[in-house]
Amino acid sequence: MHTVLTRGNAILAYTLSVSACLTFCCFLSTVFIDYRANATLNTVKVIVKNVPDYSASREKNDLGYLTFDLKTDFLHLTPLFNWNVKQLFLYLTAEYQTQNNEFNQVVVWDKIVLRGDNAALDFKNMNTKYYFWDDGKGLRGNKNITLTLSWNIIPNAGLLPSVSALGSHTFAFPSEYTTLRV
Amino acid sequence: MLQSIFDDVRRMNKRQFLYQVLSFGMIVSSALMIWKGLMVVTGSESPIVVVLSGSMEPAFHRGDLLFLTNYQDEPVRVGEIVVFKVEGRDIPIVHRVLKLHEKGDQNNTVKFLTKGDNNSVDDRGLYAPGQLWLTHKDVVGRARGFLPYVGMVTIYMNEYPKFKYAVLACLGLYVLVHRE
Repeated sequence: MHTVLTRGNAILAYTLSVSACLTFCCFLSTVFIDYRANATLNTVKVIVKNVPDYSASREKNDLGYLTFDLKTDFLHLTPLFNWNVKQLFLYLTAEYQTQNNEFNQVVVWDKIVLRGDNAALDFKNMNTKYYFWDDGKGLRGNKNITLTLSWNIIPNAGLLPSVSALGSHTFAFPSEYTTLRV
Repeated sequence: MLQSIFDDVRRMNKRQFLYQVLSFGMIVSSALMIWKGLMVVTGSESPIVVVLSGSMEPAFHRGDLLFLTNYQDEPVRVGEIVVFKVEGRDIPIVHRVLKLHEKGDQNNTVKFLTKGDNNSVDDRGLYAPGQLWLTHKDVVGRARGFLPYVGMVTIYMNEYPKFKYAVLACLGLYVLVHRE
């Protein structure tokens, strides 16, 4: 009973079970790690316009426009990368309340940081990546917009936790629409 | 090799053969039980999905396996990776939620917009014509766990049906014939 087939079968089965076991150990070794970290956020320029949203309903909606400063360090101060972190998906969320909606979340900027990339971020006067459309006219004069940086951890194998930064920034939109081009 | 297998079968009596058939049935039904049990535990109609496109690269590649949950009392939030079905498309899509508006009324009306990490625009072009937002009923599940490469087997099986039948036939024969 030592044919090529049985030997091949044994090798394949053994390789598979060893790699499954190693993958599970890799998952176990990182499952309890606390991935919270600090981030400093600030808004520089904040205006709001009222223009038709052609990407959606074509109705006139509030469009927020902002530039921001962001400083965080996942490389030296709070190292987030370990052998079971393949990628961080950073995203900057604006969270607010309007008359239309009890709870709104809009991602205005995101960034993919792979392991080995420079994870010490220091942006000054950054533009947003996505349009900040509200679902209606709830941005003008809104006093309480909270910007938060969060990250979704993509492992080599394991859970996909989302973590919010410890610092957030609250700002207000002006009470008048801007009609000039920006 | 084949000769010895047939010899094995010939040497079996009726009871042994029936026993093998029953154990084969046990394997099939326990696989089904595990799948249905996972459906109950996770609340998702399809608790494990295989990533079929590169639209979430470099996080998820083709052939990676995702474990989903779909608990109704946990609200969807921005940044989560949801698996959703669109009317008129058979294959569910795995993308990230980027905008969310929650009415906060009794029905708990939530609408959200998704985008693939590797796509440059949001998913409105992928939704059904006239559909601007996703709601809870479109969602199959939310990604909670990740295992790379393992789903490649099913992709090969779907792309080469002959390979699938060969694998199934081999497994079936092995279980029927193998004696412990």
